[in-house]
Amino acid sequence: MFKIVTRKQLNENVVLMEIDAPFIAAKAEAGQFIIYRVNEQGERVPLTIADYDREKGTITIIFQVIGGSTMELAKLNEGDFIHDVVGPLGVATEYKEGAKRIAVVGGGVGCAIAYPQAKKLFGMGVEVDLIAGFRSKNIVILEDEMSKASTHLHICTDDGSYGYHGFVTNKLQELIDSGAEFDEVIAIGPVPMMKFVCQVTKPYGIKTLVSLNPIMIDGTGMCGGCRVTVDGKIRYACVDGPDFDGHKVDFDELMRRNSTYREDEKKHVCRLTGGVR
Amino acid sequence: MPNMSLTKTPIAEQDPKVRARNFKEVTLGYTPEEAMEEAKRCLNCKHKPCMTGCPVSVRIPEFIAKVAEGEFEEAYKIIKSTNALPAVCGRVCPQENQCEGKCVRGIKGEPVAIGRLERFCADYMADKPVAAEKAEPNGHKVAVVGAGPSSLTVAGDLAKLGYDVTIFEAFHTAGGVLMYGIPEFRLPKTIVQHEIDNLTAMGVKIMTNMVIGKVLSIDELMGMGYEAVFVGSGAGLPRFMGIEGEGLVGVYSANEYLTRINLMKAYKDEYATPILKSKKVAVVGGGNVAMDAARSAMRLGAEHVYIVYRRSMDELPARKEEVHHAQEEGIEFLVLNNPVKILGDENGHVRGMECVKMELGEPDESGRRRPVTIEGSNFELEIDTAIMSIGTSPNPLIRSTTPGLEANKHGCLIVDETESTTKEGVYAGGDAVTGAATVILAMGAGKKAAAAIDEYIKNKK
Ligand SMILES: Cc1cc2nc3c(=O)[nH]c(=O)nc-3n(C[C@H](O)[C@H](O)[C@H](O)COP(=O)(O)OP(=O)(O)OC[C@H]3O[C@@H](n4cnc5c(N)ncnc54)[C@H](O)[C@@H]3O)c2cc1C
Ligand code: FES
Repeated sequence: MFKIVTRKQLNENVVLMEIDAPFIAAKAEAGQFIIYRVNEQGERVPLTIADYDREKGTITIIFQVIGGSTMELAKLNEGDFIHDVVGPLGVATEYKEGAKRIAVVGGGVGCAIAYPQAKKLFGMGVEVDLIAGFRSKNIVILEDEMSKASTHLHICTDDGSYGYHGFVTNKLQELIDSGAEFDEVIAIGPVPMMKFVCQVTKPYGIKTLVSLNPIMIDGTGMCGGCRVTVDGKIRYACVDGPDFDGHKVDFDELMRRNSTYREDEKKHVCRLTGGVR
Repeated sequence: MPNMSLTKTPIAEQDPKVRARNFKEVTLGYTPEEAMEEAKRCLNCKHKPCMTGCPVSVRIPEFIAKVAEGEFEEAYKIIKSTNALPAVCGRVCPQENQCEGKCVRGIKGEPVAIGRLERFCADYMADKPVAAEKAEPNGHKVAVVGAGPSSLTVAGDLAKLGYDVTIFEAFHTAGGVLMYGIPEFRLPKTIVQHEIDNLTAMGVKIMTNMVIGKVLSIDELMGMGYEAVFVGSGAGLPRFMGIEGEGLVGVYSANEYLTRINLMKAYKDEYATPILKSKKVAVVGGGNVAMDAARSAMRLGAEHVYIVYRRSMDELPARKEEVHHAQEEGIEFLVLNNPVKILGDENGHVRGMECVKMELGEPDESGRRRPVTIEGSNFELEIDTAIMSIGTSPNPLIRSTTPGLEANKHGCLIVDETESTTKEGVYAGGDAVTGAATVILAMGAGKKAAAAIDEYIKNKK
């Protein structure tokens, strides 16, 4: 059992939780993830480790309430317990050596995971462009934190209600057009966003790292459920990833496989909410 | 007067039509009278051929004699003295290749039903209190990685000797394949849990949610005061065929399919785990894992379930009983067929499997006749789900995070005859060493490792 020591609602749909997990906190690195199971009947769901505090022995997760399992998790309060948390899983992000300027691109709740990457790089002395995309102003999260973790923070909204009016890919393209020389781009967010970021960077040959989020069960390489096709080969995101060279990832396959249980998910959510959503 | 019947005393089973749609246990077990009757078929041979077939040397004729006399508790104690998990082994051991394969009665007629009798004794004692054997602590700590049958055996044997044993398991539940692989209808999970509870009653500590190699390394465990470590991390990563279409929606590895069902209880409404509601399923492979996946698919409501296997019925590696049960339940065996491609529809969902017919050629290294493709015999099988059950390859996680721990070219950990690895104080056994094998071989390895660990620690001081 893992105790929730802090719970914050970052926007109407995004929740931050700091969890007491000393073994995981001692080892966690940016880019790694945990798998949680909210209760005895729960699914096993992967979430990226957004932050950790080795001294306090806690890890932080930030998640969007999208389906039954995140809805159940969001119901828990400070002082409550999560049944199971296992980690740190996956390989920590490896940055391009000697990089001077890196663009970190986050989409929606993906910004919560892009943020620690930016923070780490910024701390290493890299010039960081943090491009953070949201649908609209009212769901912008972590603005202060992101601004402290980057050289240039570019907040983008789809509807233009705040910051740059447009998608993260438009912003990235503009920066490249205006002469910004990125040694690497790191993209974390919805699969379509990562796919389009890769389309932007590919013609320039800018190395682009993406953090994949396939369906998982064990997270140790046993089930093969998390397999993705990278460079024409089967790779297991839980042990070989979750980071991969975005120019080699079969995003369409990933999107399809991630939709495997969409119908079940709808039913599950209906059961939890009595049909209201 | 021995019972000279040429056939085993029949055992009650759920009707195939009924059981093919539920997850309750298929075989219901002997009554005491049936067990005694079957036990009387044993001729109590002097040279005990059956025992030589048993990897943990259960004193078979001795326990059967007790069953014949109605001394069931005595019989159980005899089994238990060398086999820590009789309720499990009685159900899942491939007896036909082991004890029963050597039974003299099997030469003319059927062998004595040793597996069924073993199961009977264990089930008979299941609800009777047996005092936990709690040994005097000897002050030495041992860590065990994984909680499958090899690890449970090591933990049990060492706890009996007074060791302070902690099991580190990656999943949220202990039991390994017994919990997430083998289905409820073959091995009820309450039985496995009962065995695990017995271990904790003996003082074994179990830490779940601990992936060794990630959260702690073997070296770190040793730094925490564990004087020896046993690695029983199992068979590893599921293999795929590398054919077109394995990334379609509706393609599972058997491991994933079975884990969703057995561990995550996808077949029960109150659990959140989703699984596809398949109508036509092809399972590729012919082992126990393939049978379990096929029979599970049937229980989830499929109309057609095919086993696609590239050799013939005679080469199926699964336990005979499972093949027999699968046939009774309506699983269709498409033997001498091999998939070449999985076909998708416009949405990327499985709609079929292109197969090619095979014939048997010359024997290969394994002694089995090699399947050879019949050119031009391709045909399409209409399916909506494909489950790949073609074996595993070892997980590199522990090997790659433990300097000094060596593996062979297949990636299996190298051990000597005492299950000692190339790293001092580290022992290994079960599927992590042999590749996917059997419960009883994993337990046999656990037994040897426990004895070797005891020797090692005693000699160290
Ligand atoms: C579906 C299926 C059906 C089978 N049917 C039969 C049968 O009928 N008869 C038979 O004899 N055999 C059968 N087998 C084979 C048998 O189950 C295995 O040979 C046996 O379980 C191996 O035991 P083990 O202790 O080596 O490992 P496993 O049972 O595989 O257990 C390994 C454990 O280690 C854990 N682990 C792995 N990596 C780590 C890590 N890094 N840190 C911590 N923990 C870790 C795993 O989560 C798992 O719990 C079957 C197997 C399957 C999959
Ligand atoms: S989640 Fe099971 S293999 Fe990756």
